[in-house]
Amino acid sequence: MASVKADAGTISYREAVAEGIAREMRRDPAVVCLGEDIGAAGGVFKTTAGLFAEFGPQRIWDTPISEQAIVGAAMGAAMTGIRPVAEIMFSDFLACCWDYLANEIPKVRYMTGGQVTVPLVIRTANGGGLGFGAQHSQAVENWALTIPGLKIAAPSTPADVIGLMASAIRSDDPVVFFEHKGLFASKGLLPPEGHLVELGKAAVVREGTDVTLVALAYTVPIALAAAERLAAKGISTEVVDLRCLIPMDMTTVLASVAKTSRLVTVEENPHQAGWGATVVSVVVDEGFQLLDAPVRRVASANVPLPFADALEDEVMPTVDKVVAAAESVANF
Amino acid sequence: MEASLYRMVRLIRRFEERCVELVRSGDIIGGIHPYIGQEAIAAGVCAALRFDDIITSTHRGHGHVLAKGADPIRMLAELCGKVTGLNRGRGGSMHAADFSKGIFGANGIVGAGGAIATGAAWAFLRQGGGDKVAVSFFGDGAVSQGVLLEAMNLAALWKVPVLFVCENNGYATTLTVSESVAGTICGRASAFGIPSSTVDGMDAAVVFEAASAAVESARRGEGPAFLECLTYRFDAHHTWEHKARVRYRPAEEEVSGRLRDPVEIAGGRLDPAERESIDEAIEALLDEAVAFATTSPAPDPSTALDYLYGSAVLP
Ligand SMILES: Cc1ncc(C[n+]2csc(CCOP(=O)(O)OP(=O)(O)O)c2C)c(N)n1
Ligand SMILES: [Mg+2]
Repeated sequence: MASVKADAGTISYREAVAEGIAREMRRDPAVVCLGEDIGAAGGVFKTTAGLFAEFGPQRIWDTPISEQAIVGAAMGAAMTGIRPVAEIMFSDFLACCWDYLANEIPKVRYMTGGQVTVPLVIRTANGGGLGFGAQHSQAVENWALTIPGLKIAAPSTPADVIGLMASAIRSDDPVVFFEHKGLFASKGLLPPEGHLVELGKAAVVREGTDVTLVALAYTVPIALAAAERLAAKGISTEVVDLRCLIPMDMTTVLASVAKTSRLVTVEENPHQAGWGATVVSVVVDEGFQLLDAPVRRVASANVPLPFADALEDEVMPTVDKVVAAAESVANF
Repeated sequence: MEASLYRMVRLIRRFEERCVELVRSGDIIGGIHPYIGQEAIAAGVCAALRFDDIITSTHRGHGHVLAKGADPIRMLAELCGKVTGLNRGRGGSMHAADFSKGIFGANGIVGAGGAIATGAAWAFLRQGGGDKVAVSFFGDGAVSQGVLLEAMNLAALWKVPVLFVCENNGYATTLTVSESVAGTICGRASAFGIPSSTVDGMDAAVVFEAASAAVESARRGEGPAFLECLTYRFDAHHTWEHKARVRYRPAEEEVSGRLRDPVEIAGGRLDPAERESIDEAIEALLDEAVAFATTSPAPDPSTALDYLYGSAVLP
């Protein structure tokens, strides 16, 4: 059982990954996993712990260090009707198989006039904060956002890991599933069997009236901590967990901005072409009249992620930076 | 078998010649990579396949797509960008596909099909009981692509039923094989313990025989195989060269390379009357295809966003 280590009622984000996959593997024999060190070793982040023991080598495949072959083979297999869940160990390594993410997987259905679907999930450990240096730490969700044809999920809680994993695996469209390294140790409620979170449905995780923070994955707890500090200063903050970048739930964001009239995005990807730019462009296009203040984006600086803690804090979004940005728009 | 091999070689040849005319007339935009000269490979390999086997193809893919059983009429409509095309006009020459026939598509990315075919073959293996195989066609240029090496390694490790078919036409665009391949082409397969052979890619019967042996061993569960087919591209790398007049092949070679013509080799084995009746049927079919392709409607611009996702994307 993938979830043996979970306390009654709670589960870590890390365990939730294996639990979410295991639940789908139990209900659908077409689901198979492949990736580096995911088998008996349970994954370098232990996110596939227990799967090999439960499902065996016919469903859990250890691969050589061949990102292109992993993702390319997953695509070929998916087009025959099985549902591969491919792991790319660190999201930075998506660059090694980018042809499949940019040219093959997202385009084949369109290019063939809808002849085929590609029901696969590419899971990957994303983001910084753990001191792994620039090639093992970048938040690259905005890379995937440049590509029509992919869907993108990036959960912030164990329950959402399980619920979004179920939707991603059941999706007939390819889903890039960003698991955040900085959240693996966090704990949350273990959702009941059958828990599903629809792709493209944001969650309002804190209600407020003065300013909207739109966050994703690792920045959700940052935004919530900032909201707590802002409350002490008399600023009522609404926090939207976007959960997915494609589909992007702008209905929920616009409804929140209609309430608060102020918007700050909290992103871990670099500011340049980060997902917040897309959120902001839709808000100013479709909801300009709702705004009472300029919008602000808190994102990582436009540099490779530096190694030293002091430098990492400097370039990544922090609670302080979010509080300052929210205050500036609230007091505009 | 001799008649059906000839028929396919001849169909591909004439299909490609009609395409070149349609490029000149502007009915095919964007040009094509003509398969002329290499027809025996697609015809011979696909004759060794069953309906439920699958192939991945290349930028020079018309021959593979036709030989695996795509309808030439809808194929030509696709090349002309018509809604009646195989891909409803969304694909064009480099992306023609017919999944109902196991044609996982021509592919504009050199080498990319190798991993896709390996994955499909892996899925066949997992499905158990069946004995379907996957074939990946690629050129000599693709053997220098990293992904192909990754795919061969994985295919050999997992013993999947995939056949790698390298069409060595001597050139990757303008670069000769000796300028681009260190070691040998089959040496790449041997490095992974994949059995390989080099055959005359101008003779469809020879290709058929070699492919049949490789396919049968894959069906028996003996894992991947690799076939290098020696051939010559009679026409341009791409029809763009017809205008650009790029010179990179010695004139004598262009003559000697065409001396052994796959159409004549396959046709020479038939009784002339039989050959003539096959030719006539092909001309009639292609006349119909050209008429259909040129008169079919273009896709409705309001459908430009269709077919991207299998399920809704906007909340
Ligand atoms: C990844 C990639 N790099 C470069 C190209 C451009 N390109 C298209 S065809 C070609 C040559 C391919 O040569 P080969 O594999 O021998 O096939 P041939 O054209 O001879 O059939 C090149 C370089 C491409 N389509 N894809
Ligand atoms: Mg070549």
